[in-house]
Amino acid sequence: MLRPSVPTHTPQPSDEIARLDGIAVDIERTPVLRGVDLAVRAGEVVGLVGANGSGKSTLLRVLATLLAPAGGTGHVLGAALGTSACAAVRPRIALVGHSPALYPYLTLAENLHFVARLFGVTGSDVDDALEAVGLSGAAGRRADHCSQGMRRRAELARVLAVTPSLLLLDEPHAGLDADSRGLVDLVTDRVRRSGGACVAVSHERDRLHCLVDRVVEIVDGHARPLGVGGKVPA
Amino acid sequence: MTTLAGAPTPLRQCVELAGKDLRAEARAGEALLVTVPFGAIGLLLVPLAVGTDTPLLREIGPGLYWVVVLLFGVLVTLRASTVDGPAQLDLLRLCGVGPGTRLAGRALANTVLLLGVQALLGPVAVVLYDPDLSGWPWLAPAALLVAGGLGVLGALADALAQGLAGRTTLGPLLVAPLAVPLLLGATQVLTAARYDRTAWPWLALMLTADLLTALAAALCAAHLEEAR
Repeated sequence: MLRPSVPTHTPQPSDEIARLDGIAVDIERTPVLRGVDLAVRAGEVVGLVGANGSGKSTLLRVLATLLAPAGGTGHVLGAALGTSACAAVRPRIALVGHSPALYPYLTLAENLHFVARLFGVTGSDVDDALEAVGLSGAAGRRADHCSQGMRRRAELARVLAVTPSLLLLDEPHAGLDADSRGLVDLVTDRVRRSGGACVAVSHERDRLHCLVDRVVEIVDGHARPLGVGGKVPA
Repeated sequence: MTTLAGAPTPLRQCVELAGKDLRAEARAGEALLVTVPFGAIGLLLVPLAVGTDTPLLREIGPGLYWVVVLLFGVLVTLRASTVDGPAQLDLLRLCGVGPGTRLAGRALANTVLLLGVQALLGPVAVVLYDPDLSGWPWLAPAALLVAGGLGVLGALADALAQGLAGRTTLGPLLVAPLAVPLLLGATQVLTAARYDRTAWPWLALMLTADLLTALAAALCAAHLEEAR
């Protein structure tokens, strides 16, 4: 049986998981985000859309506390962005990015067990997670010998094994076949039910429609609400 | 402050990171199956170049062995099979692995591999050069200090050169000059023991070099993370 990770504080539905006020980010002196305001509450899934290069992935890295903003203020899981407090909350955040965060020479199971040990999660949770995403039979296969879809599923299994308070998904459906796409719903649902929140970036608006509670569009470095209650304009 | 219950200590994380690196090396074979044979060839080429003058080879053998260990050891520490890409670095940060722990894990794996490199190249040097091994008990601490110092230096150079196009060139250029005290100490330890002189000063030199390197790595670690 999968068990949630073990934060000493479980977010309540009324809790604000993340709040950004006027966040600005420059990448190599080029302004990418110029004043993003965004609030993510516990139990909700927020979709991020926008043109290529609009700063969606950059915003995910800010929410992951991996990128300190050049301007504005923000809190993620109670930690002020750009401060040393971020290090303490990072283990409660999961990021599934464009590139798989897997070690190519390790098997899928070894990759997940490695991360689990860094988290202090038991091995049986990893095995359950691999089974949940349909990778039990391929657990012993090296990551560099797996397809993109299998690697994506392994990353979703990693999220299942640790159940973060804030899940950040960058194009979560990329590489997944039609049968596997429900796994993204499974993972976000588990995070949501455990009192966490998700932010998902996707170009596939029809897939996003099924996944999110509301959508925010990034335009010219600013965030603007686009739809509420799963209503995503096509 | 919220923390994960049962989260492993930095020392435990360091061991996990080193284990991961060593497992990857066991699959890739980059250090022990590719670099060590080249090191052995390097040792073999010297007698071919200077002739089979046994007294001369016996005299210069230990020094040549350490030169080969240091030069090829640098390549071992800069092996590509365990380079962390941006996604892996993000993952480690989100797992709560600090930059110092990451550097220490890499250094620990390097040290284990370098001890393996020394163990594999040692018999080759003994066969080819027939050196005087009367001071052999001193070899153990010298080997450990060389492996530890070079392991930390390599980890630091790898972190500094990470993501740069000239990584494999820049890495050795950073490590080689700083490894001179290790080369000098390791060579002189055996020489001193052979002539019944005390070898402690040379071990002290190596230990000092190792400690200074470790201190530099600890001070640099957080800044390396910020610069990325």
